[in-house]
Amino acid sequence: MQFLKNLFSKEPSSGSLAKDRLKLVLIHDRANCNTDLLEMMKNDIMQVIAKYMDIDEAVGMDINIEQTTDDNNNTVPVLYANIPIKNMRKKKKPKK
Amino acid sequence: MSEVYVVTSGKGGVGKTTSTANLGAGLALLEKRVVLVDADIGLRNLDVVMGLENRIVFDIIDIIQGNCRLKQALIRDKRYPNLHLLPAAQTKDKDAVTPEQMKKLCDELREEFDYILIDCPAGIEQGFRNAIAGADKAIVVTTPEVSAVRDADRIIGLLEAAEIESPMLLLNRVRINMVKRGDMMALEDVTEILAIDVLGVVPDDEGIVISTNKGEPCVADSASFAGQAFRDICRRMTGENVPLMDLDPDKGFFAKFKNMFRK
Repeated sequence: MQFLKNLFSKEPSSGSLAKDRLKLVLIHDRANCNTDLLEMMKNDIMQVIAKYMDIDEAVGMDINIEQTTDDNNNTVPVLYANIPIKNMRKKKKPKK
Repeated sequence: MSEVYVVTSGKGGVGKTTSTANLGAGLALLEKRVVLVDADIGLRNLDVVMGLENRIVFDIIDIIQGNCRLKQALIRDKRYPNLHLLPAAQTKDKDAVTPEQMKKLCDELREEFDYILIDCPAGIEQGFRNAIAGADKAIVVTTPEVSAVRDADRIIGLLEAAEIESPMLLLNRVRINMVKRGDMMALEDVTEILAIDVLGVVPDDEGIVISTNKGEPCVADSASFAGQAFRDICRRMTGENVPLMDLDPDKGFFAKFKNMFRK
């Protein structure tokens, strides 16, 4: 009976529901565990961008791992970086 | 060459102690020299699961503090060719041991045994740190439930940070009928999420409760379904290539066994 119910109902089975919920919660967990790593990455990204543009260092950079869905509707983690730019073209520093 | 395994899970009640007891007994049946170390200080249970609770004189803290020699604290399980238990202390707390002391103890045990299995306490605090300190390898026990898998993921991260080589998954208490109707995560779902190698799958089996009641690991019971799973895992631990067992009761090992009587 359960088998027929599953066949005709559009509701996902509780097993696949569990799997989807776990995937979501783990994206969060894994990101939270790596605050050190995130901080190191942030500094590296800042350095690279600063080579080409003027970053507003007073405001600082905001970096985070969030979730989004890809073309196949799977949940995937994305890295969001919010980098305030003062000037698109880097002022050339006077050569010493 | 001896190997030190830590059996860990993060979440409590998923079957760490039962798995440790069965793997230890199973390896001993394969003629290996085995010692089981109960690292759950303050909440010792491996002794009672093994049925050796009446034979404890000294414990792990006595050795570490030098109150007795190593050999005095080791309890030999007479039912198996070469199986020993080093019980946890029940009255002390988990801060009575340091990771350095555990590491030293493991190194001493390496001289006498092929396999050293450490039963880790639940949680990720000091007791966990102590239990993994001397280990080369880790077996992560989990059940196909969201809470247990989530905690297993956290543990895998901590094991990797502690540079314990690739932890292996033991998926416990799988109810194949629920998996078949989609109401329980299958092994493939769990491995996809955790991304680790599989050591084995153990079916949910009433026989486990019965064997624990008696203090006799089910691995020695040739008619036990879960016992078969543990025997396979033990052979894999010795390097043999054993395919994962078919948990479907209509097929596989158990059905063959039944069919033998039908004829």
